[in-house]
Amino acid sequence: MKTENITDTSKRKFLGGAALTAGIVIAPGVLLQTVQAKPDDQPVTNKVRWGMLIDTNKCADDCTDCVTACNTENGLTGFERPETDSQWIRKVTLKDKQTGHVKTLPVMCQHCETAPCADVCPTGASFKREDGIVLVDKHICIGCRYCMMACPYKARSFVHEDLTDQKDHAPRGKGTVESCTMCVHKVDKGESPACVTACNKEHKAMYFGDLNDANSDISKRLKQYGGKQIRADLGLNPGVRYQGV
Amino acid sequence: MKLIRFASIDGNSNGYWALMALFAAFIMAALGSSYFMEHNGHWVTGMNNQIVWGLPHVFAVFLIVAASGALNVASIASVFNKKAYKPLARLSALLAIALLMGGLVVLVLDLGRPDRLIIAATIYNFKSIFAWNMILYSGFIGIVGVYLWTMMDQTVAKYNRVAGISAFIWRLMLTTGTGSIFGFLVARQGYDAAIMAPMFVIMSFAFGLAFFLLVLFAAYNGTKRELGDAIVLRLRKLLGVFVAAILYFVAVFHLTNLYATEHHGVEAFILRDGGIFTQLFWAQVVIGGLIPLALIFAPQLKNCRKSLALASVLVILGGLLQMYVIIIGGQAYPLQLFPGMEVSSSFFDGVVNSYTPSLAELMLGLGGVAITLIVVTLAVKALDLLPVSMADAVADPHHKD
Repeated sequence: MKTENITDTSKRKFLGGAALTAGIVIAPGVLLQTVQAKPDDQPVTNKVRWGMLIDTNKCADDCTDCVTACNTENGLTGFERPETDSQWIRKVTLKDKQTGHVKTLPVMCQHCETAPCADVCPTGASFKREDGIVLVDKHICIGCRYCMMACPYKARSFVHEDLTDQKDHAPRGKGTVESCTMCVHKVDKGESPACVTACNKEHKAMYFGDLNDANSDISKRLKQYGGKQIRADLGLNPGVRYQGV
Repeated sequence: MKLIRFASIDGNSNGYWALMALFAAFIMAALGSSYFMEHNGHWVTGMNNQIVWGLPHVFAVFLIVAASGALNVASIASVFNKKAYKPLARLSALLAIALLMGGLVVLVLDLGRPDRLIIAATIYNFKSIFAWNMILYSGFIGIVGVYLWTMMDQTVAKYNRVAGISAFIWRLMLTTGTGSIFGFLVARQGYDAAIMAPMFVIMSFAFGLAFFLLVLFAAYNGTKRELGDAIVLRLRKLLGVFVAAILYFVAVFHLTNLYATEHHGVEAFILRDGGIFTQLFWAQVVIGGLIPLALIFAPQLKNCRKSLALASVLVILGGLLQMYVIIIGGQAYPLQLFPGMEVSSSFFDGVVNSYTPSLAELMLGLGGVAITLIVVTLAVKALDLLPVSMADAVADPHHKD
């Protein structure tokens, strides 16, 4: 596998020269980040911009399949402590104060183009991939929680206690911040995020795809029916769009 | 002005060692609290995914802001050339360094991964005001350290003014940076205001000077050295002006918000309906503002040291309350994801978030104060920081009562 090759190369470099080694040791996070940012078979490019579209008219009030799927996929088990347990995606209920109209919709990391979390992060642990997915590099997150203060969507969680039985593809760590990864491990393999897959089994309210590709299903739907951003006033150009709100 | 003679204190009395033991006990408690929090994870604190910054941040930000203000006396002497303040400049610089150290320790020990401090010190995202602050904070200790050196070593005294001006500019940047941590948070109703930066600057003036006055009184009372009315009266008036200025900034901040309908929700929360936060806000105005002003400016109390000491204590208490309302209150008010809608979820959307500080957080915060005080207590014994006498004839011969 290519990933292993890269690791082997860096190992050889490490054994190579003492002077060179010092520099590599000082910046392990940068190296790891470079490796992580490359999927197995191709580099991440900004030619694609992964995004989601959520048709709230199809989102059933009592359905939480997307939430369950996310928790299962990413191993978010929780400790029966709602205030400190992580939630990467949640169902939000809206009630119009004027008309009393009620609807529900899922909210997760909106994968902003200009992500406030990445802006405020002192170490660059919060970052946006070239393809628009916003992630946390758990190796260099110091747990300052400034990103949680800055996120307009309340999308982030801080890991408040020791974790066990983690998923290999979704590493987490006590004392660091985490949020929806848009199931980057699946996306890099050409699959859809777990929430979208789960939703498509019955209600088909969530769409995933490349916002840069005019011919993708998501782009065509957005062009035809439009899509709103949450807190569009902030000008963050999120990768998650909503219809029917 | 006569030549001022400086001397370290003896520091052999029972009182001195009792103080050291007290501070050490608080520091040990803070370290234990930090270990308890880090070992178990932050769920054992009052903090959660809604209130992500708790009581440790209240103490840390307060101490860091006060650090900048503690340099007032030195700045007035060096930058504005007021000779009467010169004898106390050394103590002023030392206290500034000590306060910053106390604040930084609290900030670091509250991180999710304090063991990764080296990452924060070596990898910078320069778009983050937090990253800038790392440089501003460590730079402050360095620059003020050099500044102190130019005061104490005659061979480098010619650089004193340059060092003093550099430190003055740096401290203004530091408090601007600290206020901007909140000013730059565009998404939260309680923050996102340019006035945060200058408000933090003026808060630093008052908190730092109040801290300085208490340390000054304690040092001179404890060592039975003479402290004349002349310098105390000047500092008294200065503190009064700074306290009044805080009230002005708080008033402008809230009046501006009250004008815009979109901010009515958060303003009603802080000023009227916010329960504990409303109570603390008005307590801060009264305890940290109006009462100290009365104590400072009442003609009958003009030369009453006790009233000034009490005013200083109240300014510090009020400052902590103000930080609590800004930091915790700002997070308690819910994010507005869908303006005009009633919002609810399993993740506490649309509700006022609750926070009950834990004992561990309180002890960590108090530990920061203890670190500041132990550094000062040790330094005045090790170095010639305090004038032997601050009697009026020495400090300010032209003083007229």
